[in-house]
Amino acid sequence: MKAAAEEIERPSALKSIDGGGSVSVCHGPDRGGDHAGFYDVEAVRADFPILGETMHGYPLAYLDSAASAQKPFQVIEAEYAFYARDYANIHRGFYVLSQRATELYDQARRKVQAFLNARHEHEIVFTRGATDAINLVAASFGEAFLNEGDEVLLTGLEHHSNIVPWQLLREKKGIVLKAAPVNDAGEVPLDEFIRLLGPRTRLAAFAHVSNVLGTVLPIAEMIRAAHEAGAKVLIDAAQSVAHMKIDVQALDCDFLVFSGHKLYGPTGIGVLYGKEELLDAMPPYQGGGDMIASVSLERTTYAPLPAKFEAGTPPIAQAVGLGAAINYVTAVGLHRIGAHEAGLLAYATERLSAIKPLTIVGTAVQKASVLSFVMDGVHPHDIAQMLDSRGVAVRAGHHCAQPLMARLGLPATVRATFGLYNTTAEVDALTEALEEVEVMFLQ
Amino acid sequence: MSDSVELYPKAVLDHGRHPRNRRAIADCSHFARSDNPSCGDDVAVSLRIDRGNVIRDAAFDGRSCVLATASASLMTELLVGKTPAQAKMLFQRFHALAAGDTEKFKDGMDVESARMTVLSGVHAYPVRMRCATLAWKTMLAALENERSQQ
Ligand SMILES: Cc1ncc(COP(=O)(O)O)c(C=O)c1O
Repeated sequence: MKAAAEEIERPSALKSIDGGGSVSVCHGPDRGGDHAGFYDVEAVRADFPILGETMHGYPLAYLDSAASAQKPFQVIEAEYAFYARDYANIHRGFYVLSQRATELYDQARRKVQAFLNARHEHEIVFTRGATDAINLVAASFGEAFLNEGDEVLLTGLEHHSNIVPWQLLREKKGIVLKAAPVNDAGEVPLDEFIRLLGPRTRLAAFAHVSNVLGTVLPIAEMIRAAHEAGAKVLIDAAQSVAHMKIDVQALDCDFLVFSGHKLYGPTGIGVLYGKEELLDAMPPYQGGGDMIASVSLERTTYAPLPAKFEAGTPPIAQAVGLGAAINYVTAVGLHRIGAHEAGLLAYATERLSAIKPLTIVGTAVQKASVLSFVMDGVHPHDIAQMLDSRGVAVRAGHHCAQPLMARLGLPATVRATFGLYNTTAEVDALTEALEEVEVMFLQ
Repeated sequence: MSDSVELYPKAVLDHGRHPRNRRAIADCSHFARSDNPSCGDDVAVSLRIDRGNVIRDAAFDGRSCVLATASASLMTELLVGKTPAQAKMLFQRFHALAAGDTEKFKDGMDVESARMTVLSGVHAYPVRMRCATLAWKTMLAALENERSQQ
């Protein structure tokens, strides 16, 4: 056990903010956050133990953070420390450990609240992930507010997790689904979206950033337009939360969801933000322990928010880990992360454009951290396989967005995505491996 | 240390680039089409089986990665002259190869089916198993799907 603790003691880009001691909770002065100029990517990389791995004899170039991000040792250590010193079930015990665990769980919720700038702590509901959060809204908001003939407006670039829950609801309730079209650049034109808002539109649910193309949707304008039409709005922030600052009060969205694992945090934890008055008016999603005020066999009254939506023992350590992940990205600074990634995207776009048979898919003006491409005459699976043999980890396939792929007329793409730890050297490794692919499969 | 290059020996690249029997058979007796939902690949297999119950012609068509294409191409070459029962045994043999079960693969192997070994690299990449076996499974479906004679 001791060995494991020492194993994860590594040099840290953030040592200064927690005085070099325990990193499970970050106190103290900001390391620089969004104010400092120089982005020290090597110091950031030193926080991610896995980035030291080699694959097939090559240094790992991890370019698949959009699927799931790697974890800094601050997150790993926060979970370790929690299990090693503070673990018990929450909201139950009369003993110290349970109180400590409860306090750390609640503290994680307050970190999420501050991170999203939510008005109230109880507007943050912990879920298993973005998918779980969308299913919660579809089931519960759907139950309370959607009737036959009511419309839910999506867009043509949604992840399956923001399509299928609504289709399930359609089968149950007879709602009508519409999708705002995607243009050839991979954008959702605002006027097309507005045109599809009608008197029966009760909810608009759409991604902030496309997981396939990186398109950043004009969500502020879309939210305003939806509200003017009398619809509520759900934002799928799964692909944006690790790359740009989100302020739910400024946006005025009604719901927002994301997953911890794409934010350098643990798997098994996600967040639903919902406006208090809406969450209050919605019925519970699941029944069980922790979500009740009192139960008799005749009648049950529900617990107040957020417990009403957190039936059963929640992912406690994962919430603590998510809190540590939020500390981490906040300390590095989301604006600086965004700027670093924009630089990588521009550099990668330039380098890959020089490869003749390669076509970049998705040319939106506003684009974040995602580079999808195809190569004439080489299947995406074969490309990804070859890149792996050079240590370059990318994703290939339909990226759980088949309607978008159908719109683009492509069965699959290769997708490289950039996170706060990626470097131009990794973009070079990607480019060189792609040049090898060209020679091997096409010449 | 595994290396993807093992997955793509020259013979595989050659079948991938210049697939044999990539066409439709106008007067085929058996036909099936299937896809790999994880990547959107699809393949169609057509067979012409004569009255003596021997596969006289085998062809495939569709959209697929090099591995799936090479595997389909090689398969169509191996099928000609076989009975449906022999074709099924050939599939068993190929499946054993792709799964890394060398003993089962080699058991009673003839010179012809030894050509399959160029695809042995697949066993190190379980996610590619589906690519390599796509055409073969479609062939099995085709054997069960006799086209009504006009
Ligand atoms: C845009 C988008 N929405 C939702 C999800 C679902 O996230 P999870 O699988 O963590 O629930 C993803 C994950 O790929 C995504 O990219």
